[in-house]
Amino acid sequence: MALARRSSNLLKPLSTASSSSFLNRRPFSTDDSTTITIETSVPFTGHNCEPPSRSIDTTPKELMTFFTDMALMRRMEIAADSLYKSKLIRGFCHLYDGQEAVSIGMEAAITKKDCIITAYRDHCIFLGRGGTLLESFAELMGRQAGCSRGKGGSMHFYKKDACFFGGHGIVGAQVPLGCGLAFAQKYRKEDHVTFTMYGDGAANQGQLFEALNMAALWDLPAILVCENNHYGMGTAEWRAAKSPAYYKRGDYVPGLKVDGMDAFAVKQACKFAKEHALKNGPIILEMDTYRYHGHSMSDPGSTYRTRDEISGVRQERDPIERIRKLILAHDIATEKELKDIEKLARKEVDEAIAKAKESPMPDDSELFTNVYRKGYGVESFGADRKEVRATLP
Amino acid sequence: MLGIIKQKVGARGLTAPVFGDYMQKLSPVASAMRDFSSATKKMTVRDALNSALDEEMAADSNVFVMGEEVGEYQGAYKITKGLLDKYGPDRVVDTPITEAGFTGIGVGAAYHGLKPVIEFMTFNFSMQAIDHIINSAAKSNYMSGGKINVPIVFRGPNGAAAGVGAQHSQCYGAWYGAIPGLKVLVPYSSEDARGLLKAAIRDPDPVVFLENEILYGDSFPVSQEVLDPNFCLPIGKAKIERQGKDVTITAYSKMVGFALKAAEILEKDGINAEVINLRSIRPLDRDTINDSVRKTNRLVTVEEGFRQHGVGAEICASVVEDSFNYLDAPVERIAGADVPTPYTANLERLAFPQIEDIVRATKRACYRSG
Ligand SMILES: Cc1ncc(C[n+]2csc(CCOP(=O)(O)OP(=O)(O)O)c2C)c(N)n1
Ligand SMILES: [Mg+2]
Repeated sequence: MALARRSSNLLKPLSTASSSSFLNRRPFSTDDSTTITIETSVPFTGHNCEPPSRSIDTTPKELMTFFTDMALMRRMEIAADSLYKSKLIRGFCHLYDGQEAVSIGMEAAITKKDCIITAYRDHCIFLGRGGTLLESFAELMGRQAGCSRGKGGSMHFYKKDACFFGGHGIVGAQVPLGCGLAFAQKYRKEDHVTFTMYGDGAANQGQLFEALNMAALWDLPAILVCENNHYGMGTAEWRAAKSPAYYKRGDYVPGLKVDGMDAFAVKQACKFAKEHALKNGPIILEMDTYRYHGHSMSDPGSTYRTRDEISGVRQERDPIERIRKLILAHDIATEKELKDIEKLARKEVDEAIAKAKESPMPDDSELFTNVYRKGYGVESFGADRKEVRATLP
Repeated sequence: MLGIIKQKVGARGLTAPVFGDYMQKLSPVASAMRDFSSATKKMTVRDALNSALDEEMAADSNVFVMGEEVGEYQGAYKITKGLLDKYGPDRVVDTPITEAGFTGIGVGAAYHGLKPVIEFMTFNFSMQAIDHIINSAAKSNYMSGGKINVPIVFRGPNGAAAGVGAQHSQCYGAWYGAIPGLKVLVPYSSEDARGLLKAAIRDPDPVVFLENEILYGDSFPVSQEVLDPNFCLPIGKAKIERQGKDVTITAYSKMVGFALKAAEILEKDGINAEVINLRSIRPLDRDTINDSVRKTNRLVTVEEGFRQHGVGAEICASVVEDSFNYLDAPVERIAGADVPTPYTANLERLAFPQIEDIVRATKRACYRSG
């Protein structure tokens, strides 16, 4: 039905080059000269394109980095969950746990000059772009040290210096915006591309198809990344899409179906897509992934899917466990060392939260800042114009 | 910053199933109950809306509900709870997240004689579909010389919600209120919700029905008359929610509760305020407003939306046009601040009218005349 179970054919190391030497090279985390060739969990399925190879080279260092970064993301989201429950985060809060491999694999294939734009499930995308835990937690708690100075909240993280353009709350609206980023990249003859991320629910919005048509007409370097977590809020994909094969929905635009729970498959696909987009224009990557949490904090996430389904994915496809098993299979680190990394992530998160709590709420005078870049000294008013007025800077 | 509102406003949890947990809201104030002296029962705004939908669907098989999560999920805010079980998937239609598409389909269905009730998960998302609301729904009767009327209701939560930031928290009352061909209703209490929604569904023209998420869980007393399946309120009529002689305060939706609360505070200072619950932004009940101002000679308008080109601006203009000679003080307008809605709590509070703003402005209106 909605979700095909994967067999637990998780780990298939193909070959290990110089396997005798990397054991000696510990500390493991810096070994980037030993090549390990692994195979993606499942083959890619292409639409209007020849899919890339399943086998991919990596290093002990990369494996350790993937593990460490994903553990940190997971921990951040779990901590956000408890901050929400203790009422330190308000409004909506959409968590990314389960989907970490998409951000991690994508970042491993691209540079910070390639653009990313996404929807409201944006905390980990921000972290992947080099944002800090402090900026994240401070934003979530509405503090001045937040990446949007407390004004944006959970759904509106940005990091312009790393070409991360948000953080958008209107489902689907970020897709034309991403194509606009790609338009600018092409216009300025940059060698960079834009990754526009959207959900399976958003995949049905009309404006996506309008923008994709233009992107294809004009060969824009736009990569549409459909994060198919199989539900848009409480609606299973097949109830919202006549064809839930999102990688084929571009018709004339090529597409690739990718196991979004496998960071290496994501990396391989993104590398392939970037090359494609620079040469030929847009491509769709459908990332088959899963969100462990409910849609937002007030959705228990268990009325429209079974607990068995959730625990099945956790057991068989979890993106962090996949990397853990690879690391252990290749004897790159011990279980204890990996546990320590997770403990360290917990500590880093706790420290960032403590620091974020020290940051003050924005001063009341910040109400009127940032309305415009150039405010022309226009007078603006609070709820009672005779009580609160400001001249826009 | 939140100290003041916490003292004056009862804190209570709201069971908003998908969209955030909202910790604060206004309890119905004592004065709101005056009109219901014979009331025996209390009802939440959520149940009032749900029962109105249910009864109108039972009464007319052309009425159907369509929108995101309205069926199997029972509504993002549970307004459509139980309707799928009762009326089936032909009449309670779950849609993909495609507002422009399903709004257009709704309008087309209304052209051909159905009576769609289109739910926007929140009115923020109606922006995706505003072309169909204005160009396809509002203008058809006129453009066709009266041949194609459009009996459709667009409903959902509107206005400021708690902690959801700039793209999910704003009032569209003035936007839709500007459009000839639309009727724009703004319920406050459970009585309003029931009577106005039933009226909207029965009306032969397109109605934009602006609810408020923070009010959904509030209970109001309802009389036997209100509970009657035939109960209906007139479109375009305001309600004097509280009689007074010194000053007129106009408000709609959640702000009616704030205005009533302000009136209680003002009473202690010897100011007897009349509170008008607009109930309808278009048509606007200019008669009731002007009659009241001719009696009190002072006017304070309250709205969550932006001041510039706002509902208060129109009310003010109407009073200046029709009752200029009766005014004893400048009109005061309390409205949303000139900023996109900030996330953080202290700034968010500053961005929207608070009870103390209404009290302060009303005092100014009363003492200013000298
Ligand atoms: C235009 C619009 N309509 C509705 C919503 C409410 N809404 C927010 S998220 C969401 C579900 C989106 O699902 P999907 O695109 O699959 O992304 P996911 O949440 O699974 O990451 C809905 C309906 C919105 N924010 N914007
Ligand atoms: Mg989804």
